[in-house]
Amino acid sequence: MKQLYYQDVSLGSEVSSLTKQPTTQQLVMWAGAVGDYQPIHYDKDFAQSRGLAGVIVHGQLVGAFLGQLMTDWIGEKGALRKLSCSYKGMNYPGEVIAFKGKVTRKYVEGGQHFIECRLWAENPEGEKTASGTAVVILPSRG
Amino acid sequence: MAEGSLDLDRLKAKLGVEWAPRSYPVNSEMVRRFARAVGDPNPRWQEGNIAPPTFVMAIGFEQFVDELMSLVPFGTVLMGGTELECYHPIKTGDVITVVFKISSLRERRGKMGRMAFMTFDSSYQNQGKEVVARCRQMVIGY
Repeated sequence: MKQLYYQDVSLGSEVSSLTKQPTTQQLVMWAGAVGDYQPIHYDKDFAQSRGLAGVIVHGQLVGAFLGQLMTDWIGEKGALRKLSCSYKGMNYPGEVIAFKGKVTRKYVEGGQHFIECRLWAENPEGEKTASGTAVVILPSRG
Repeated sequence: MAEGSLDLDRLKAKLGVEWAPRSYPVNSEMVRRFARAVGDPNPRWQEGNIAPPTFVMAIGFEQFVDELMSLVPFGTVLMGGTELECYHPIKTGDVITVVFKISSLRERRGKMGRMAFMTFDSSYQNQGKEVVARCRQMVIGY
């Protein structure tokens, strides 16, 4: 994996995007990995009885996808310091979700090189189902 | 559950009060299972000894949901958002102590009856008493 450096990043540049197409099996794997066994994530009838269109993707899994978006981009020597996201809409299994980001700020503080990004998740209709921000620390050249 | 029957008093009584700390030893299987559930092939977490930053969301989450449900038997709990701050990487072999606290609670009536909008703050400390992460989760129960 290529290492990203502070000097490689400019304001407005894009984070390398990530796409996911979570299956119901992936939701079950997530349920097991974090211990979230709510039936809205695997039982369609139950989900509909709770006012949802169908089984939905766990919000936190969408958060974890945004985390992967950032850790893929910043490489091994980068560190994710903050990740905030709000789950504004539902994601449904089988849908392709695109995860994207844009650099909004870069600054040096206490000898560390920080990058701030705006992040979001987009469903196939182009709706932003989640949005947030991230702060990462990158290594500096020289 | 009948609509509007949720009694939030037990939760209100816990506002601002830290829940009993619980400790979780982190092993490589937990981390690998988490990374596989995300579909994140990064060898640092799939084969190495580092947990991805979002792994924090999995630590103690099952017991958190159980305790929340024992206070108020919500039919469904949805995640509204996550704010994560990571100070040190979590490694396999660490023992992470988690403390949860409900920091805000708001009620609203929706199409599914009474709804609770809750904010939970959690802190994560390793065996060396270092705070490795903090997390704020916005949770909607109904």
